[in-house]
Amino acid sequence: MLVQLVQSILVVVLAVTVSVVYFIAGNWILDRWSAKSNTPKAEKIRPWIFLFPALFLISLYLLYPAFETLRLSFFNNSGREFVGMQNYLWLFQDEQMRTTLRNNFLWLIIVPLLSTFFGLIIATLSDRVWWGAFAKTLVFMPMAISFVGASVIWKFIYDLRSTDADQIGLLNAIVVALGGEPMAWITIPFWNNFFLMVVLIWIQTGFAMVILSAALRGLSNEVIEASRMDGANEFQIFYKIMVPQILPTIIVVWTTITVIVLKVFDIVVAMTNGQWDTGVLANLMFDWMFRAADFGRGSVIALMILLGVIPIMYLNIKRLKQEDEI
Amino acid sequence: MMSGLRKLYLASPLRMLTHLLLLFLVVAWTVPTLGLFISSFRTADSIDSTGWWTSLAESSQNKRIRLAEANEQQNIGGQFLIEGVLFEDEKIKIVSFGESFKTFTDTSAGDSLTLKNGTELIISEDGHYQWTSDEVFMHKRGKRIFVNVLIPPTFSLDNYHYVLFSEGLGKAFLNTLTVTIPATIIPILFAAFASYAFSWMQFPGRKILFVIVVALFVVPLQLSLIPLLSLYSSIGAYLDFSAKSYPGVWLAHTGFGLPLAIYILRNYMIGIPREIIQSARVEGASHFQIFVKLILPLSLPALAAFAIFQFLWVWNDLLVAMVFLGTSSDQIVMTTKLRDLMGTYGGDYEILTASAFVSIVVPLTVFLGLQKYFVKGLVSGSIKE
Repeated sequence: MLVQLVQSILVVVLAVTVSVVYFIAGNWILDRWSAKSNTPKAEKIRPWIFLFPALFLISLYLLYPAFETLRLSFFNNSGREFVGMQNYLWLFQDEQMRTTLRNNFLWLIIVPLLSTFFGLIIATLSDRVWWGAFAKTLVFMPMAISFVGASVIWKFIYDLRSTDADQIGLLNAIVVALGGEPMAWITIPFWNNFFLMVVLIWIQTGFAMVILSAALRGLSNEVIEASRMDGANEFQIFYKIMVPQILPTIIVVWTTITVIVLKVFDIVVAMTNGQWDTGVLANLMFDWMFRAADFGRGSVIALMILLGVIPIMYLNIKRLKQEDEI
Repeated sequence: MMSGLRKLYLASPLRMLTHLLLLFLVVAWTVPTLGLFISSFRTADSIDSTGWWTSLAESSQNKRIRLAEANEQQNIGGQFLIEGVLFEDEKIKIVSFGESFKTFTDTSAGDSLTLKNGTELIISEDGHYQWTSDEVFMHKRGKRIFVNVLIPPTFSLDNYHYVLFSEGLGKAFLNTLTVTIPATIIPILFAAFASYAFSWMQFPGRKILFVIVVALFVVPLQLSLIPLLSLYSSIGAYLDFSAKSYPGVWLAHTGFGLPLAIYILRNYMIGIPREIIQSARVEGASHFQIFVKLILPLSLPALAAFAIFQFLWVWNDLLVAMVFLGTSSDQIVMTTKLRDLMGTYGGDYEILTASAFVSIVVPLTVFLGLQKYFVKGLVSGSIKE
């Protein structure tokens, strides 16, 4: 078994060696050439030696597939026969698709909203207590846990046992203790979506908290102290002074989580596998791609996910341009 | 004056509220993982019968047990005595005992109870009993009595032993490691080259290329899956090589990770003071020398930040592994394995909790150990300082 691990370490050594050799050799040849011909041409080529490996892999793994997916979306299931807009028409007529789009829409609104909200609250509170750093570490911890691992954790919380036995799922135990009826939470259509969203909110709040906490620390104390002198209470300071100032950061956090939500796949696959009306686009795409082996429809669904990302892509580029001008 | 007094008045209840609210939130965020952790050490029976939150306290249980047989009696001065211990396990504490299911709470441990046949029974807290009679004991099977006992919490590593060696999770752990190490290091290497060019070299199309890279890091992976899968199968068929292989996964993770890596590293490298690079240039250092001797060592914090990122992402990934790796024991990674186990052992939480914990222990350690770098990386990617 260890042979395999040694192999993987050898691959690392090999990859590092090959890249270093490529890099040194490329630069050396260029140096020799520029020394001989004595032209500045070599300096025009040199950047491309630095860029080539990364640009090549990005083109192969991200750019080419994006265009190929676009092309495939106009073809039938095997990708050989041109079918025009048929896949797109199917998209708008399919019953399952409508549920999926509704779910995705809910995820897109609720998860970024609540993650950012809780992140902001915890960041603000923990800056005011002596054990704040410890609190933040604990809230941040789920970020290290895989979506599948998190799904096990939460499935255990939502677990249901027969009514005459002790409930071992925390949620049902609480419900029973409060005098309610235990329920199979993740099988109740519509509401189960929210129980799945909790898993992602639980993970992403730590991210929001860390970023927002750094932004809050960057605020000048003078303004806050001055408004305190003027008689503003803590809530007014929070809403009227702190939040507006960190708004750009809030938007970054919001959009980053939105991108993660659009791609959410693991949680739904692990918790329900899309049953009981919990499907989202990424799962539907996977099903059409593997279970149905329909590349045309799979591609159309992938493009739907891209559609959701485009506004964020635009925002990111705009932000980048602003930063570069300053 | 007025505002000072008001502040004092407001400060203490508000501060209490801050502590309480934060405590509540932290507990809510921690308890789910705690439940998983504690359950993974419990036996299947105890997970099934009681909530994990009760496992730290002693559990109160009612048991039926038989006293010793008549042939163990001793004759002590005309009195007949049977002595013994109820439970082998010394940790079990007796609370009360009795002859029937209705009366077993009536007599506390240490007290004596006169049984229906006139004999006398004393059971002490540690389970030792003395059963005395004026007449000789004649019974064949030991008398059955009822006891209420306190059983201390028991934890063991049995679940871990089972999932690691019998369920094949140990192998999956190695597979995950096999995927993760190259898939973390290769992108860093390529991204470092490219980021240097984007930060400190002049070439036509520099801006637009960087914009494309930044645009690509939000492009969903799903867009790449179908074309890459077809590409892999045709290359695989051509070279007579399985389409699902480790090199395929390493390269896929590298390709998908590069845009973010370039973005983080470039943001960091461009912040290195221009004078350092210019003076090196004046002294005749080439770009290659500057990159290796100056920029790489200076960029170590950013390299570390991205390495942690990529490590966590690859280790925790399910989708790429499901698409580009098989499910045979020599290729299945822990996330895929865990998902399979969830399907196979729906409610067997002794297996699921231990497996989940094995899969999260490495990222958790990396994360807690290198949290400082990780936070720095996150922040520098989101806030321009």
